[in-house]
Amino acid sequence: MLELLKQPWPWYLSGTAIAFIMVLLLYFGKSFGFSSNLRTICTIAGAGKKNAFFDFDWKAQRWNLLFLIGAIIGGFLAGTVFKNDAPLQLSAATIADLKLLHIPFDGQLNPSAIFNWHFALSLKGFAILLIGGFLVGFGSRYAGGCTSGHAISGLSNLQLPSLWAVIGFFSGGLIMTHLLLPLIF
Amino acid sequence: MKGLRFVIAGIVFGIIMVKSEAASWYRIQEMFCFQSFHMYGIIGTAVTLGIISVYLIKKFHLKDSQGHPISFHNKDKRWPKYVIGGTIFGLGWALTGACPGPMFVNLGYGYSTFVIVILGSLLGTYAYGLIRHRLPH
Repeated sequence: MLELLKQPWPWYLSGTAIAFIMVLLLYFGKSFGFSSNLRTICTIAGAGKKNAFFDFDWKAQRWNLLFLIGAIIGGFLAGTVFKNDAPLQLSAATIADLKLLHIPFDGQLNPSAIFNWHFALSLKGFAILLIGGFLVGFGSRYAGGCTSGHAISGLSNLQLPSLWAVIGFFSGGLIMTHLLLPLIF
Repeated sequence: MKGLRFVIAGIVFGIIMVKSEAASWYRIQEMFCFQSFHMYGIIGTAVTLGIISVYLIKKFHLKDSQGHPISFHNKDKRWPKYVIGGTIFGLGWALTGACPGPMFVNLGYGYSTFVIVILGSLLGTYAYGLIRHRLPH
């Protein structure tokens, strides 16, 4: 069991596990959608006093915040007890392309070239992380959901709006990856 | 502790995000470059099983743990917000390599610089709330 938890999982096991989480939350009487938490945190921080969009009873979202806390703990466990020491099996083509962007592949989960504090506190690095996060937060609320709410929950319920959103997710991702990243890095 | 089950579900989710490598900046790049089947396999499997699960829940009128029928809500049909908002989301997803869930998973994993990404996502959410009346939906 511990061996299975230490290794990276094949795609079919991973996909099955994600579907399981969605069904589990349905069984708990909730709907899988992570980005709602960002709005809830804004509300708890007091945004509801100034703006009606954040003026809602956030206690109904308490379960989702507990799920968020769990996600942080899960990440911690996966990075410690269940840590996999073998390098990530990234495709050779991606490694070569990233080299051209001056982002060396380090075999970890994320490139240290971007997520180390030295770069993150440079003007460029700080702007990349802050603006990137801003786009995710702005876009997910504008679209009414993120990957979990639209791509998983919405598509599973055959919602056409979610398909529009997923087409948007990919359009934006392709524009960033192919047109903007070469200019940024 | 009725809330404990949600913490446990979140822990399982966090472990899944790392073990599937869906929380990896590299994997997101690889996906947008169409250089591996990995992420498409994950999303395809999750959605296929999700569609079957939702179909069965509806067909057999299954109930949740409280005994209430599991209900689904149809999303508002106006499409511009999904396309425009989705595209903005995608720009940020490919830049940071993380959608909202994996941001927090990566923070727990030990990538502490994700606090900047999370701060940005909160500012973005707040900014949307401020100007949403002036945006096309």
